[in-house]
Amino acid sequence: MPFRPDLLLALLPVAPLLLALVAAGMTLVLRRFAGVLLAVLPAAMFAYLATLVERVAGGEIILVHLDWIVSYGIGLDLRLDGLSLVFAMTISGIGAVVLIYAGGYLRGHPDLGRLLALLLGFTGAMLGLVLADNLVLLFVFWEATSVFSFLLIGFDRGRQAARRAAVQALLVTGIGGLALLLGAVLLAAMTGTWRVSDLLAGGSLGGTAGYLPALLLVLLAAFTKSAQVPFHFWLPNAMEAPTPVSAFLHSATMVQAGIYLLARLSPVLGGTEAWTGALVAVGGVTLLWGAVAALRQTDLKLMLAQTTIASLGLLVLMLGLGSDAAVSAAMLYFVGHALYKAALFMVVGAIDHATGTRELGALSGLARRMPLSFLAAAGAALSMLGLPLTLGYFGKEELYLALGGSGLELAALIVAVLGNGVLGGIALAIAIRPFLGPIVQTPKRAHEAGLSLLLGPLVLAAAGIGAAVLIGWFGMMAIAPAASAVAGRAVASHLSLVPDFGSLALWLSLLTWGVAAATFARLDQLRTLLRRVQGAVRFTFDAAFDRAMFGLIRLAGAVTRFIHHGRLELYVVTVFGLLALALFVPMLSYRALPPWPLLPQLRFYEWGIFALAAAGLVALLLARTRLGAIVALGVQGLAVALVYLVFGAPDLAFTQLVVEVLAVVILTLVMTRLALDRRDPREIEDLLRDGTLAVLCGVGLTAALLLVLSHPLDPRLAEFFTAHSVPEAHGRNIVNVIIVDFRGLDTLGEISVVLAAGIAVLALLRRSKPAAMPVLPTTVRKPRRRPPIVLVPALSVPDLKAQAAHPVEAKLRPDGSGA
Amino acid sequence: MNSLLFRTMAPVIVAAMLVFSLYLLLRGHNEPGGGFVGGLIAAAAMALLGMANGVMATRRALHFDALNYAGVGVLLAALAGVLSVFYDVPFLTGLWAEVQLFGTPISVSTPMLFDLGVYLTVFGSIVSVVLALEAGGEGA
Repeated sequence: MPFRPDLLLALLPVAPLLLALVAAGMTLVLRRFAGVLLAVLPAAMFAYLATLVERVAGGEIILVHLDWIVSYGIGLDLRLDGLSLVFAMTISGIGAVVLIYAGGYLRGHPDLGRLLALLLGFTGAMLGLVLADNLVLLFVFWEATSVFSFLLIGFDRGRQAARRAAVQALLVTGIGGLALLLGAVLLAAMTGTWRVSDLLAGGSLGGTAGYLPALLLVLLAAFTKSAQVPFHFWLPNAMEAPTPVSAFLHSATMVQAGIYLLARLSPVLGGTEAWTGALVAVGGVTLLWGAVAALRQTDLKLMLAQTTIASLGLLVLMLGLGSDAAVSAAMLYFVGHALYKAALFMVVGAIDHATGTRELGALSGLARRMPLSFLAAAGAALSMLGLPLTLGYFGKEELYLALGGSGLELAALIVAVLGNGVLGGIALAIAIRPFLGPIVQTPKRAHEAGLSLLLGPLVLAAAGIGAAVLIGWFGMMAIAPAASAVAGRAVASHLSLVPDFGSLALWLSLLTWGVAAATFARLDQLRTLLRRVQGAVRFTFDAAFDRAMFGLIRLAGAVTRFIHHGRLELYVVTVFGLLALALFVPMLSYRALPPWPLLPQLRFYEWGIFALAAAGLVALLLARTRLGAIVALGVQGLAVALVYLVFGAPDLAFTQLVVEVLAVVILTLVMTRLALDRRDPREIEDLLRDGTLAVLCGVGLTAALLLVLSHPLDPRLAEFFTAHSVPEAHGRNIVNVIIVDFRGLDTLGEISVVLAAGIAVLALLRRSKPAAMPVLPTTVRKPRRRPPIVLVPALSVPDLKAQAAHPVEAKLRPDGSGA
Repeated sequence: MNSLLFRTMAPVIVAAMLVFSLYLLLRGHNEPGGGFVGGLIAAAAMALLGMANGVMATRRALHFDALNYAGVGVLLAALAGVLSVFYDVPFLTGLWAEVQLFGTPISVSTPMLFDLGVYLTVFGSIVSVVLALEAGGEGA
């Protein structure tokens, strides 16, 4: 394949994943410089993407295709358009900053390498997600982000709360992942393509038969990932992660994956009443829910977490409206939010680092001790509040411009103004409360954070303001192409730095700031009120999740106890009962009973062999001791081996002979090992039950074999193997050639099973070691609780192959233990 | 087992069985035999040795944990399949070569390696279980 520069695009998801493999080792060597040096990769990717901005803004869509699963028409397709570019640049840019920050935040931590490796891996997964041009690839990266976020949230694996939060996030987003998979399959089935580009070219699916289920599945995926009510509860719990992780996951990545999915599929699924209704309703509720929940918090980090939920709701709402202005607003807001939210998380982390607390009430007057942190916090908070000259301002303006037409939009407008106002109030609280006012005593004496902790927030806050100053250019280069990709039609940029005093939007902004100021002034009263309400309601989604989980575990326990009762004889009864059913039900339901067999013409020694088998059987039934029964069974098996020998299957005869010998040895060992009685003390009803089953299975197998023999044998396989064994596989023993060559893959699977069964038996034997319970010498284990007899199936290699070569002989022995 | 006769003769019988099992393994491609039955016979030999000389002595004679043999067996069989990658043919394609051993041409092949894998897997799995049972729990 000739080198094409665009193939570099394929490196974007791959390179971070590869670097992640060695990042932990590098950290051991690089120590305090690890974060900075590892950040070079995402920074370089950001720079590379920046070189593509003009091409993409010019309307070009860069596509890369590599073959993957050719037979299913699934390729490694990547697509870089306005939407993916905005997301990819945000992810790589913030990823670089977060790596530097993490290197400083956890300096000297023994697990710093693991954190950096996971962050890099997560970056790769996110980039793959936003670049994927194939539903299968999209799903794979989607799941990868879930797994990496699980590892990141549970980074502090020693703490139970962190582990719980990680599992919760994994389960909630995992449900969404399954929904996405189903949705992708459905979309592919409806349109006949896995490529996202083809889907987009096909236009809206609204009104087609599968539209509603596909929409619901995709929405479930997006809503769980993006923490929309009622799936929002995992996000605040995810704050158990170290702050760099939160700064990354909850600004530009993880939770934005759901937003990206909605934006990506908006031309395909959007524009319908169902889409608009669902997104606006869920987004609006989530916005208010997050805003109110943020008011309840006193922990700075939790306040930010709840505002993230609110912002995600706002984004969903905007995407739901789907007008040009609304999707432009969504893209603006996405970038603005990613910048200020990451910066604020990092500042909160720095405060925590410097003072030892994140409690709003315990912090004051830090501006004099941490002036640069204050600067960063103020810059970011201005954007969150949406003052002019910040990206947040334009995002908000753009949204207000989009609203006000219909009744639904009016309702959305009220919700948006309220939500934005409360978010602004929180922004004021986070930027002002800890930094201004009198200096108070903190657990640690406050000091300015180090360069690596400051660089990130300062750069991001500055970027938020810088992009706003250059808004005309930024709108044309980034926002308009992204919005066009979301809307599925060309969206022009009309953003300009000069405010339009005549527009209603400006007045709505003023109203928003009014709400923000009021919220800030009455923050403590509001919190007290809300906490009282919460105390009265008592219901939380978090607790409901726990109840659901425990219910699931109880159900699983009940099912397990029912099926897996630990009584060996009942297992055997179940197995043979099912065997009898499997034999008789088809035969009876198809009315295909075999003809009565003619008595075969046998020589006298052949009769002798059958007499031996019958004698073994009779001896088995009459045996007084278990040992006698085992030996009698061996005699019977020996006779079967002789049958094989006489009728021309020496391979089977060999194997049968050795298997019988080993079976006698092992059964005897098991008997002594389990300290069973010498005799078999079965109740009469047990004897009847077991006897009936044995007769049923025996008659059933005989009938099945007679039935097989009553039909002419299809000779094709036998002829094929006879003809090809020597010329192609250089072997005259057809049975063995089949086992090791023609059907080698089967055998490979079978010996893996043999190995696994050996390990399992050994594990069971070790577990039931009598010496393992010396504390309670009086406790005598009931022998029936030890099921080591699973060994016998391990010996029998299911051997349909041999039937082809020795059809008649192989069928004589239904369990096929010959090989 | 306390029979003197048994204890004296067992090593001889075991040696004969092991040689026989290898014989079966090697001739399996053209005559009755093969890795599966060979492995079974070798396992029976080890079970015998365990009864005659005790589990500890048998374990020492094996040098490695019996389950390791099984693991190596599966690995060898998989390796026999993977080798085909170097010849740009599908997984598990049989590859043949002829070498001269003391002037005699001997065919070596990936199916032979595969059969050796089957032999070791069957041998290792059964021996590990049998020895654990013979040990009666101690050191199982």
